[in-house]
Amino acid sequence: MAIFTALLVSSIAILLSGASPIKAFSALAVGAFGTRDNLIETVVKATPLIIAGLGVALAFRGGLFNIGVEGQLFIGSIVAVLVGTNFDLPKIINVPLVMLAGALAGALLAAFSGYLKAWHGAHEVITTIMMNYIVLRIITWAIGANGPLRKPLSIVPETRSLFESARLPLLISDTRLHMGIVIALALAAGVYFLLFRTVLGVEIRIVGKNLHAAKYVGINVKRNIVLTMALSGGLAGLAGAIQVMGIPPYNFTTGFNVGYGFDSLAVAVLGSIHPVGVVFSALLFGAMDAGARLMQLRAKVPIDIITLLQGLILMFVAANQIIRSLYHLPAPSKEDSVNLTQSWGGE
Amino acid sequence: MKNNKDPILSLHNITKSFGSVVANDSIYFDLYPQEIQVLLGENGAGKSTLMKILYGMYQADQGEILINQQKVVIQDPNDALRLGIGMVHQHFMLVPVMTVTENLMLGDEKTKGNAFGKLSKLDRETVRQEIIALGNKYGLQVNPDAVVEDLSVGEAQRVEILKVLYKGADILILDEPTAVLTPQETSELFEIMRSLIKQGKSIIFITHKLKEVLAVADRIAVLRNGKVVGHTTPAESSIEELALLMVGREVLLTATKGQSHPGKVVLNIKDLSIKSKSEVMVVKNFSLQLRAGEIYGIAGVQGNGQSELIEAITGLMQPHSGHIIILNKDVTHSSPRQITLVGTAHVPEDRQKHGLVLGFSVATNLVLQTYYLPPFSNGWVIYPEKVEENADEKIDEFDIRTPSRDALVSNLSGGNQQKVIIARELSRPINLLIINQPTRGLDVGSIEYIHKRIIEARDKGVAVLLVSAELDEILSLSDRIGVMYAGELVAEMDAKGANREQLGLYMTGSKKEKMLKENINQ
Ligand SMILES: Nc1ncnc2c1ncn2[C@@H]1O[C@H](COP(=O)(O)OP(=O)(O)OP(=O)(O)O)[C@@H](O)[C@H]1O
Ligand SMILES: [Mg+2]
Repeated sequence: MAIFTALLVSSIAILLSGASPIKAFSALAVGAFGTRDNLIETVVKATPLIIAGLGVALAFRGGLFNIGVEGQLFIGSIVAVLVGTNFDLPKIINVPLVMLAGALAGALLAAFSGYLKAWHGAHEVITTIMMNYIVLRIITWAIGANGPLRKPLSIVPETRSLFESARLPLLISDTRLHMGIVIALALAAGVYFLLFRTVLGVEIRIVGKNLHAAKYVGINVKRNIVLTMALSGGLAGLAGAIQVMGIPPYNFTTGFNVGYGFDSLAVAVLGSIHPVGVVFSALLFGAMDAGARLMQLRAKVPIDIITLLQGLILMFVAANQIIRSLYHLPAPSKEDSVNLTQSWGGE
Repeated sequence: MKNNKDPILSLHNITKSFGSVVANDSIYFDLYPQEIQVLLGENGAGKSTLMKILYGMYQADQGEILINQQKVVIQDPNDALRLGIGMVHQHFMLVPVMTVTENLMLGDEKTKGNAFGKLSKLDRETVRQEIIALGNKYGLQVNPDAVVEDLSVGEAQRVEILKVLYKGADILILDEPTAVLTPQETSELFEIMRSLIKQGKSIIFITHKLKEVLAVADRIAVLRNGKVVGHTTPAESSIEELALLMVGREVLLTATKGQSHPGKVVLNIKDLSIKSKSEVMVVKNFSLQLRAGEIYGIAGVQGNGQSELIEAITGLMQPHSGHIIILNKDVTHSSPRQITLVGTAHVPEDRQKHGLVLGFSVATNLVLQTYYLPPFSNGWVIYPEKVEENADEKIDEFDIRTPSRDALVSNLSGGNQQKVIIARELSRPINLLIINQPTRGLDVGSIEYIHKRIIEARDKGVAVLLVSAELDEILSLSDRIGVMYAGELVAEMDAKGANREQLGLYMTGSKKEKMLKENINQ
């Protein structure tokens, strides 16, 4: 519904910019799904969004607003690069090793924010944003001129490429489609299982919904907060690692991951904080990214329209009350549906 | 009776379903000017639903609402307020961190504030004055500058009523306001209600306490299973008749129980003192020995340290000094989970705050204390089929009225929410049952049932510590009674010899007895 309304509203914007909405959106669709390569591009773009989006969703379920995905994703990438450019082990060991390193880096970073919240009451929104800045600065330094990770003799800030043994295998050779999507889907299933079928998941969700009840039930709330943040950051870090491991030229430059961290917040919200929803909304965002260029080319629509469309979708989702009353829909009434305003409130 | 006048409010043929549950089934209801009409009915009978329809929170599937013989459409609470209908909800709806004045100003048209939503000093002062004026007019004194979270429940309630009056309501809906009030606060509320009636207001009053019904009602409407099953007046009725009308069968109003057979000491509290967050000593040198197979009732006006005592025993709060020993294990500084695992069950005072996760299903809430244990889990993975099986069993056994086991517990009626907690806490192997206000908000039929279950637990050898604001409940369930006043155990007696008057004296602190330290030798 939100998507439909957003399409409607952005059509108006396209009209105002003097182009045809139908032409624009059909170009968008072709750009995203029209050919095999376009479809692959959609999937490739969606992959990190799925994984990081799962991280955001997990934190949301635990009542935590992990706005530090961007930083956790970056640190995941950079640590993956660090390991993947220094170790050249057999692929079967090296790929998991590099992924693990990235995930661990993100997890540690987020867990620190979790620790600050649980033991010192510092709000995770503030601390994770601060971490974003810190990570950004460190990376700028590390890949900047004379930085330790700077690729020798390169004129742009970038790292060396990962050893072949640290790169993700391709699913279809001679395309960009790498193993990442398989991992992402497996993780979605894993997060679903974790949240709804495990003891830890139930505890995360109890803490997220009712802190008082969590204490009454005897959950170790502090430990739970740190753990939730670690898992969330771990997913973000893994998303970062998979980006550098899956996409040529298999290195880290400033710029290339920018925005994924924040888009994944949007993806989680649009996906109703549910693993299945996250997969679909990530694919949608991936499609919009992938199709944007063709839309611009064919319909002469500024590429910013895509950003507008994403923003609108998000706004309508967040304001789902408006949408509900607009279309006379009933309120959600199942345990795995969530009320966003509630999870933002933290209690 | 004011039958010569026309009704100020009429509900015609109101029907409302939630999925397969028909909460209101072609209901006709009239309210006359300046009357207090009591809406009586079992838990889940549809009282709150009907009132929420009237207040615009739900839309009826069918039927119409007439105010002064005029058909009206009530889309939302703003419409209701415009038509002079105000509602005080079963669960509080105030913002705890704001002052009374600020709470009243929320969402108020008169004080929209400037373009940035900032409220001017002037507005604030006007509202303050108005609160004081309203308070004087209706005998509803509250401090307009008090922060809501610091108020007692009775005061918070008054603020809720003030809020409704402030918005100009003529018809007041009070949904179970007395469930959380002390007897004193209740009689104060009745004074307020009478004075409101005198000044031209009309009131719909929901309660499960039949004594109150007889004390305050002009007329009584009885709801059962979403249908109106009868009308009566206090003069034509009695408690027994009301109970019969409500539940549709004879109800035992006082619990029957056999002789108790106290066994070994299960809970031993030694010299316990507790400091509140604001560093006030709220429980002082409290000692108590509770034995297997007995029910120990703690009587007392709310706010005399009972809640803190319970929180300390259950591990939710750290005591200042003293010891708590459960079955020879010192649990003074144990976590709530450790205390649960030695076989303690706890029915908390505030069911929505501690006892339930409102956004979870009935099934999940029923395993909130056991989800990590077999058979529901192997410690890591949860077995949903077992959780569902358990839910079906408990819903059946405890007669929990819910559309399904997967329904969110927030959609259950207040009484049925309580049943979910009771079912969960009573149906696992326990040695000690700590139960605070077990029947708050429950109908007489459910009270009868829950009392029976508590006595059954006792007879199986569970030690029961009961805290209740209802003297009748204390008197009919307890084997021994202790009275708490100002954080101290001021009296302890055998329930057989106890009576209301004597307890009342201890509860208000006008009488104090050297504690009878009976059989201290364990
Ligand atoms: N939002 C909702 N969604 C689904 N079912 C609901 C909802 N609200 C109420 N019900 C159902 O409607 C029935 C009537 O509920 P209601 O809250 O009106 O009862 P009540 O008479 O106020 O009971 P109590 O005395 O326990 O407060 C119950 O079976 C309840 O489960
Ligand atoms: Mg109700």
